[in-house]
Amino acid sequence: MSEKVLLVDDEQDFVDAMATRMKDRGMEVTTTTSAADALKKVEEGTYDAVVLDLMMPEMDGLEVLKAMKVKRPELQIILLTGYATVQKGVEAIKFGAMDFIEKPADLKVLTEKIHQATTQKMVLVEKKIQDKVKKLIQEKGW
Amino acid sequence: MSWNWEVIGETGLQFFGKVSASISHEIKNVIAIINENAGLLEDLIARSEKGIPLDPERLRTQANRIIKQVRRGDDIVKGMNRFAHSVDEPLRQTDVNDSLALTCALSNRFASMRGVALELDPSPTQVPIITNPFFLQNLIWLCLDFAMGSTGTGKAVSLKAGKTEGGAEIRFSKLEDLAAADIESFPGERETALLQALRADLVINKEMGELRLTFPVQAEG
Repeated sequence: MSEKVLLVDDEQDFVDAMATRMKDRGMEVTTTTSAADALKKVEEGTYDAVVLDLMMPEMDGLEVLKAMKVKRPELQIILLTGYATVQKGVEAIKFGAMDFIEKPADLKVLTEKIHQATTQKMVLVEKKIQDKVKKLIQEKGW
Repeated sequence: MSWNWEVIGETGLQFFGKVSASISHEIKNVIAIINENAGLLEDLIARSEKGIPLDPERLRTQANRIIKQVRRGDDIVKGMNRFAHSVDEPLRQTDVNDSLALTCALSNRFASMRGVALELDPSPTQVPIITNPFFLQNLIWLCLDFAMGSTGTGKAVSLKAGKTEGGAEIRFSKLEDLAAADIESFPGERETALLQALRADLVINKEMGELRLTFPVQAEG
């Protein structure tokens, strides 16, 4: 099964080239250059991983990350940045990012992270289902 | 006249740091795009080695994308070089129109992050004065930062440099929210120190939604 990835970056040429390369590697990629549109897409669809640029116009990447986590707590978000500082990295992880990659990204590394994200998401979703089932059993007294 | 060197020095260093950081971020983006497109070329070559024919049109698209980014990177570095050389001499003949255009170019990423459009209306002729080019850029930068916070729903700042009887002027207009802006704190210590050093004046016209900077033909050495 191919991974469903949402790629968010305000640089159209970057998004186009990276999406093509990811698709060539068997991933199902949706792209957007707008933070607001990315939030809408996360609300409407399901993704195994989101690759998100930290510096987006109008809305800071960390703000987008927080908003996405509120909408979909199980979402695995990999942040991309032009300048990785330890402070930003710590902040990103604190706000729920799965990982933090500096531009220019090595596609092999990014692909590995996306595979990890998919596994992690599956674990979280399975746990969510287990919790629901447990709750249901307790409520019904089965 | 005694200038507030401590404030001017600190403000200048902050300005230099912010611009350098922004430029490095822009260059990283350019490198990232070139990297992805070069990677795409590698992918195409790998496919051709497996017997899938190369599509010349696709190759041309990739080459054009790389050329576009090389030009963009070159423009960024040229701007950076001009900015770095603005500290070479404390006083020199400077085209205010040119300084405004350069500061606008250096501010574009910050404007974009704030969702503000910078609308530069270039003067058809040079606007020469003798001044400190770095202080001039720093003052334009600070005024632009304030102006970007006063655009209201229009989300645009219009910028124009021109000659005056006594020297030169720069107008920052379309500031819809200027009437509501906190002008108690603007111009603050930093702007005041630079205004003094450049022998410049700042007029805030709330009704017209405009800031107007005026400069003499020659600042003090």
